[in-house]
Amino acid sequence: MRKLRFSQPKARLTAEWSCAKQGPVAQRPAEHPRETVPELCTYRLEIAVRPDLSDALATATGAQLAGLRPTGLRTRKVYLLDLDIGPAEAERVLAALTDPVAEVGAVGALADDFGAPAGAAGDPWLLTIGFRPGVTDSVGTSVKRAAEDCLGRPLRGHVYTATTYVFWGLEAAQAERAARELHNPLIERATLERSPRPHAFAVPRAGGAHDAVVATVALRAADDATLMRISTQGMLALSLTEMRAIQRHFAGLGRDPTDAELECLAQTWSEHCKHKIFAAPIEYTDPAGRTRTIERGLFRTYIRGATEAVAAARATADGEAPFLVSVFHDNAGVVRFSDADHLVYKVETHNSPSALDPYGGAMTGIVGVNRDSLGTGLGADLLTNVWGYCFGEPDFNGQLPPGLMHPRKIREGVHRGVIDGGNQSGIPYSRGWELFDARYAGKPLVYCGTVAVMPVTSAGRPTANKVVRAGDVVVMLGGRIGKDGIHGATFSSVELDESSPVQAVQIGDPITQKMVADFLAEARALGLYSGLTDNGAGGLSSSIGEMAQFTGGADIDLALAPLKYPGLMPWEVLISEAQERMTLAVPKDRLEALLELARRREVEATPLGEFTSGGRLRATWAGKPVLDLELEFLHEGTPRVPLRARWSPPARPESAAAAVAAVLGEPRLAAAPGSIGQDLLDMLSRPNMASNEHLARRYDHEVKGLSVVKPWVGARQDVPSTATVMRARHLRPEGVVLAEGVHPHYGDLDADAMARACVDEAVRRALCAGARIDRLAALDNFCWPDPVQSEKTPDGEHKLAQLVRCCEGLRAACEAFGVPLISGKDSMKNDAHLGGVKISIPPTLLVSVIGQMPDVRRALDLAPIAADDLVFVLGPTGRHLGGSELARQRGLTLPGVPTTDLAAAAARYAAFAAARDAGLIRSAHVAGRGGLAVALAHMTLAGELGVEAAVTEGLLRQVPEDMPLTPAEFLFSESTGRIVLTCKPAAAAELTARLGPHGLQALGQVAAPGQDGGGWLRVRRGEQVLIDVTAAALRERFRPAAVHGPPAPLPARAQEVRR
Amino acid sequence: MNPLVIEAAAEVRALVLTGYGLNCEAETCAALQTIGARVTARHVADAIADADALAGHQLVVFIGGFSFGDHIASGRVFANRLRYRMGERLLRHVDDGGLVLGICNGFQTIVKLGLLPGLEPGLKPRVSLVMNDRLGYWDAWVRLAVDRDSPCVFTRDLPPTIELPSRHGEGKLVFEEGPLRQVLEDRHLVPVRYADEAGAATERWPDNPDGSPGGIAGLCDPSGRVFGLMPHPEAYMYPENHPHWIAQREAGTLPEHGLGLHLLAGGVRAIASR
Repeated sequence: MRKLRFSQPKARLTAEWSCAKQGPVAQRPAEHPRETVPELCTYRLEIAVRPDLSDALATATGAQLAGLRPTGLRTRKVYLLDLDIGPAEAERVLAALTDPVAEVGAVGALADDFGAPAGAAGDPWLLTIGFRPGVTDSVGTSVKRAAEDCLGRPLRGHVYTATTYVFWGLEAAQAERAARELHNPLIERATLERSPRPHAFAVPRAGGAHDAVVATVALRAADDATLMRISTQGMLALSLTEMRAIQRHFAGLGRDPTDAELECLAQTWSEHCKHKIFAAPIEYTDPAGRTRTIERGLFRTYIRGATEAVAAARATADGEAPFLVSVFHDNAGVVRFSDADHLVYKVETHNSPSALDPYGGAMTGIVGVNRDSLGTGLGADLLTNVWGYCFGEPDFNGQLPPGLMHPRKIREGVHRGVIDGGNQSGIPYSRGWELFDARYAGKPLVYCGTVAVMPVTSAGRPTANKVVRAGDVVVMLGGRIGKDGIHGATFSSVELDESSPVQAVQIGDPITQKMVADFLAEARALGLYSGLTDNGAGGLSSSIGEMAQFTGGADIDLALAPLKYPGLMPWEVLISEAQERMTLAVPKDRLEALLELARRREVEATPLGEFTSGGRLRATWAGKPVLDLELEFLHEGTPRVPLRARWSPPARPESAAAAVAAVLGEPRLAAAPGSIGQDLLDMLSRPNMASNEHLARRYDHEVKGLSVVKPWVGARQDVPSTATVMRARHLRPEGVVLAEGVHPHYGDLDADAMARACVDEAVRRALCAGARIDRLAALDNFCWPDPVQSEKTPDGEHKLAQLVRCCEGLRAACEAFGVPLISGKDSMKNDAHLGGVKISIPPTLLVSVIGQMPDVRRALDLAPIAADDLVFVLGPTGRHLGGSELARQRGLTLPGVPTTDLAAAAARYAAFAAARDAGLIRSAHVAGRGGLAVALAHMTLAGELGVEAAVTEGLLRQVPEDMPLTPAEFLFSESTGRIVLTCKPAAAAELTARLGPHGLQALGQVAAPGQDGGGWLRVRRGEQVLIDVTAAALRERFRPAAVHGPPAPLPARAQEVRR
Repeated sequence: MNPLVIEAAAEVRALVLTGYGLNCEAETCAALQTIGARVTARHVADAIADADALAGHQLVVFIGGFSFGDHIASGRVFANRLRYRMGERLLRHVDDGGLVLGICNGFQTIVKLGLLPGLEPGLKPRVSLVMNDRLGYWDAWVRLAVDRDSPCVFTRDLPPTIELPSRHGEGKLVFEEGPLRQVLEDRHLVPVRYADEAGAATERWPDNPDGSPGGIAGLCDPSGRVFGLMPHPEAYMYPENHPHWIAQREAGTLPEHGLGLHLLAGGVRAIASR
């Protein structure tokens, strides 16, 4: 046991604020005497919008607080300078920060009623919201930088930011409600004061002067109960079997582990990092009752198995260079693209942190996945982001279990986090989607992904390979280490409950990361490093532990790591998941050049030690041992515990025939002509189907100037595109095509059908936009409720069987379509246990496809082009309403999940792609959620032309012979494998000849706009009108904001509103 | 419109400043190259450290992005740094006949630096760009009405209206108290305004995404050589950038180049032709 004292004194959590006219605090309270912090003084700066100008943050805040009606509301930016500067210097800093045209500022405080709008009377309430100590405050960092620029010298200390909301005309209870609504107590502090306010406020200094202690954990003497207590109380998420394995290992060494060693093992062995469920042997009883053992585990059998099978088939099919450049072993998958570039793609989830702090958790998700692509091979240039979210019902108005945020609030926070993280990173978004289901109220799913372009070679080396050698220096790059994000990896490997650790939440600092990314691009081109990886889950313990495998070891001194504030224990330094950090391997002869470049770019780079070849990961604190682990045990010592899976679905009573007939039956049509149109209109306004453009346009779509088929298309750019296309590099014609499939509601009936549908839809979408059929690759993201049988999870065996079936379907579909899986991620504990209520997500697979086009100028979208063009549907429609949007809309439980005839679909798509490349097709769209009815509605909105469709008996007929579909079944069935396309009349004959054998059937015709100048959709069966709606009517339901006024502004704190 | 690729452009040297969270360097450089200019992209830190960084460059471009995260206010930290370390050199560049173009964050930066509106010698901020009336970032294509009587050299060959992508959270122009707005308008120092479908300047969302008075989307100095605007001409570089390009292709009306290039070409032509 060693004790080291940090050089700084015990940090204070309080300090006096300066008064408006008194300058800095003259006399400090006795508990932090001046001699311990001789030069730091605290100044409060307050800056407000000029009173005669509008205050947009106040306006948006007022809208967010609907129901409270203050007679006046204004905001102020507050900066607490805790710096080694004098009073005159503070005034100069204020002048540098205040807009001379639009703002007014003061050192100390503006008058409480400064800027009172007309009609505001009485003493205002002042609500000040700032971060809790230790929470990343990137604006504060920039203010300090600005102060240094202004004063022309480096400064010591920190700057803390806050926002003050000044409310006039509120009762005390109302002001308190506003405070609750406007801040998240997990990361923020709110101070509510009635004017006149006392000028004494707290500076949120973080850290303390704790001793740097390395503790030993008495593991050898522990019985099973003690082992489990150590695991649970320490947030280690290790099972008894794993704790015993560690105990055995150290018993063999004749010593107990240090806290850092146990923490390092817990991070590395976490479900998050080690994917134990996907690695475990499984004894599986299938739906037919047959039992077999999946010896090699799900990942090797199905995921890697699919990719190997596809690669083998491809190797014999074409003689070109291998398509797969780097799969599964790096941070992201890499495939061949052009002579100059590879493509890199990764999609991540960040569910657990987003449940606690949606803004910070989701922002960390986007900047984290950017680091994954950034840290692949020797690095890559980030191209575009994708996002997808599963939330609880946004209009839920029942009782939520304690500890859960309302889904609407989670949704807003998640969007804001990814918006800020992505926009400030200078990366446009391409794909974005949302799904809603009550079962996501416990844990939202937050998917974020990043496509990057990797030069085939850089500095004369293949960029896809890391070439770390023993003796290379371990360099930590980017942000500093704090307590934020400690236990993120293990936290995400357990369910959410009342004891979930608040420090697991982090807030990203995208601008620091952007500077790191720019620096890396320069350093890569100069060949200044030999390997890199990001610091994500598990922090340094994971990043250095992984890279150490290249050379067979690493030796680092944790005391060298730069900290945000003093007082971290060595184990905390080791596993902190503080953001914006990369770990580099730097050859010794390049180190000086790398550090020099880092200094010029204002990026912090710190050598921590070196990579070794001794087979051990070792860490010290200023020379004294902290951790000494065999790499072999660290990475391979996890015991593989066999799991049990048994298909035993819960009963699913289907709706009574009469209820079904009332929705789907023929008699209804006779009684209410056009009533299917009403169903369509209602469907378009449902959360799963309605436009989220008012949120999506908060994300950058256009930066980099490479967009071709954008996220929103059509005459009014308000229809979500089938797939997106963008150039990968300037002045080159090749394009990247992105699409996805996600169908958790099919998983409720059968996870195998879900997986097939996901791959099918993602592939089909990419092909519609123009992707080459032989250059598709896919990512798999599994989000599951805990599938391990236990007291808390009595249905674990079935959930694991669902996972097995999902993997089977995924492999079958990937093989059939020739689409390799190149990267993926699993998140296996998406349950919340709160207040005696358990909420588990539905098993959810996301399949993200990345496609390629040789020339983007040939891309297609879904908008019909011209009157008289013909409309066809390619692919048969079956009775597939199980898990459909219509079933949910009408409260029905129906059989008939879409199963996908993979062989037929693969042949159909090959024929479609050939016809498309022959120039026979003018527009193409998928029939997916909501069926043909929704597909036709999208086309009508996008084209602003007429669409006249006829439901013929041929379209309703079933093969093999069965009851023909009713028109409602035909229009709302979600059969997979279908494409709706248009062509010129002159192309119809050849198109029919080519695609007829694959199920091409005439559906209708494009026509001139209606009398209102806009589009319209009419669907008839003979003389019977099924749907007759205008685009304007569709738009009113799909995108109510366009008709009923502006979208509600996104609530935001001042510091999150950028540019 | 004049042809885009300008033969004499090979004599035109443009400096594109990068780093600190700016992010439009690739498209800005590619756009200028497409026109035929010689482009140097340099990190701001290196340009500040090199006293001769601007020498020989007739055009300095302040690109879009989030300089220093736009923390405090958009462009504020960057503008301060320029004022302390590069302000004099930039003024000399303009006085010597050089051009400056600020796009989005670059516009915000040169406004906060005081290079615009540039009615008097020195760096004097007299207008500012503040948060959009509808708080937050907004990404959508906008239509701009071009003032053909403006001295702005970048816009003088443009058609009456042009469509460009706009994406920002702080684009609303505000003025110092007094008659400044009238002065700027009278002198035609507002080369581009957000316009409605009929091509008329508008203050209505979403045609005007930020609530800028009179639809003001950009400003130039009295010489016409310093110009800043919120929308992104460099992001309409390819014909395929336009939201309706597929319809244009099918109708046979797809232009050869993205029309945003014409705005950059105006500046390059002004240099090449003197």
